[in-house]
Amino acid sequence: MINPRFTQVIAVLLLALATLFTLAILVFIIGFILSKGLAHVDIDFILSNPEDMGRAGGIYPTIIGTLILSTLSILIAAPFGIGTAVFLTEYTRESRVTRIIRFGADCLAGIPSIIFGLFGFIFFVTTLGMSWSILSGSLTLAFMILPTIIRTSEEAIKSVPYAYRDVSFSLGATLWQTVRKVVLPNALPGILTGIMLSLGRSIGETAVVIFTAGSSLRTPQSLFDSIRTMSVHFYILAREGLSNEKAYATATVLIISILAINLISYWLMIRFISKRSG
Amino acid sequence: MADKIEIRNLNLFYDKFHALKSVNMVVRDKNIIALIGPSGCGKSTLLRSINRMNDLIDGVRINGEVLLDGRDIYNSGLDIYKLRKRVGMVFQRPNSFAKSIFENVAFGLRVARLANKKKISEIVETSLRTAGLWDDLKDKLGTSALELPLYHQQRLCIARLLAVEPEVILMDEPCSTLDPIATMKIEEMMIELKKKFNIIIVTHNMQQAARVSDQCGYMLLGDMVEFNKTSEIFTNPRDKRTQDYITGRFG
Ligand SMILES: Nc1ncnc2c1ncn2[C@@H]1O[C@H](COP(=O)(O)OP(=O)(O)OP(=O)(O)O)[C@@H](O)[C@H]1O
Ligand SMILES: [Mg+2]
Repeated sequence: MINPRFTQVIAVLLLALATLFTLAILVFIIGFILSKGLAHVDIDFILSNPEDMGRAGGIYPTIIGTLILSTLSILIAAPFGIGTAVFLTEYTRESRVTRIIRFGADCLAGIPSIIFGLFGFIFFVTTLGMSWSILSGSLTLAFMILPTIIRTSEEAIKSVPYAYRDVSFSLGATLWQTVRKVVLPNALPGILTGIMLSLGRSIGETAVVIFTAGSSLRTPQSLFDSIRTMSVHFYILAREGLSNEKAYATATVLIISILAINLISYWLMIRFISKRSG
Repeated sequence: MADKIEIRNLNLFYDKFHALKSVNMVVRDKNIIALIGPSGCGKSTLLRSINRMNDLIDGVRINGEVLLDGRDIYNSGLDIYKLRKRVGMVFQRPNSFAKSIFENVAFGLRVARLANKKKISEIVETSLRTAGLWDDLKDKLGTSALELPLYHQQRLCIARLLAVEPEVILMDEPCSTLDPIATMKIEEMMIELKKKFNIIIVTHNMQQAARVSDQCGYMLLGDMVEFNKTSEIFTNPRDKRTQDYITGRFG
């Protein structure tokens, strides 16, 4: 017989070890990039244009590109995603059709991004003649992140206590009023988490962006211009062996901005929750 | 005295399950009605069919009549949202929204698209006063309702309901999560509310039914076994089954 106290100690140790290991890897990766890149990042690097294909100069256009592309993709995907989630959870009865839609969303979520890239290239870039552009890129990215937004929103909506809906209906609210005034506000933290997750994926994506938004290093003037994002810039710098320094510096900016986004959304969430309950 | 609610041969099915069997009941105006009976006999179901909350459940079929002021709520084209404002409900668990105290009480007014800020504040105040909460809460209307103790929350839920000025208040075991003192407070409030409202309360607490109600119905397995004046039910039950239940010889 093994002493349950003993197995308990072992279990705690193993779990703690797993946690420690995960954290260590995370810290190592971030530390590695920062140690190689941080020295080459300064205001100039952030605010000036690249020269000589990125061997010299800064990354200003790619920052703008990243910002526009990811924001736009979220702006396109969020209304459709949240709308679909509301429709599936509140307006339809659980049935074959809803299960098929859900299964479809799950399948979409599992498709490699390069397939989305190829689809975007064939559909938006060539067939619709939108060429390599911000518009093609953000539409394709929106398709890519849509399933995540749908499923996370759905989970968030489902976790709103049923009693809240009952109360709302019993006070004479319509389904739409209930959704707007009770369900969505309560589901918001969960929905935002999904959106932040998707934002991160958009920012980090390379395959889709290269296929659909191109890799122009010019600062875009309209939605029909091609752009390059930081991720793509990093990829090209590293792959073509143009400049290791600049590559790591770009990665550093990328990592810091993603960390910043996470921190800000975390802060917003806490403020939001304490505002509602405090 | 006028009949506020008259239920005639009401049958309700959850899919195949026959949950209410030809229930009849007459509620006179400005009375408190108590529904008692063992768990699962259909008290909540009956209550929820008076404001059509059962419509929200899949597979529910209803026949028979529920007359409110002489008008059938199921078949006369009565607007379901208006009905639910006239016939409000207090639930078993205090379910305040994760909003401020003020917004909780104002919820029904917002839903009804009342825009006049002054009017809203007035109604919130009156409702909180009637619910006996104004003096305790008037200085912290902006704080979250979830921070209130349970017994305050349940009264807040009643205030939230009073704000839409219902004619009938349905209460489904409103005191089952409260301690005796809080329960007493709610009962005192019910007696007060009775002057203006009609109250139907489901309770497992026989003393409570005896204390507060004017009329009482005993239900068993979907049947309304006996419906009569409370004093009659408790001192002189006509049906053997009622007698067994109130004397605690049940099951
Ligand atoms: N949504 C539902 N679907 C199917 N059956 C249901 C549903 N709600 C209630 N029932 C059944 O209907 C019967 C009456 O339920 P109801 O909740 O009205 O009883 P109750 O008298 O309020 O019981 P309790 O005292 O436990 O609250 C029970 O047998 C219950 O299992
Ligand atoms: Mg019940």
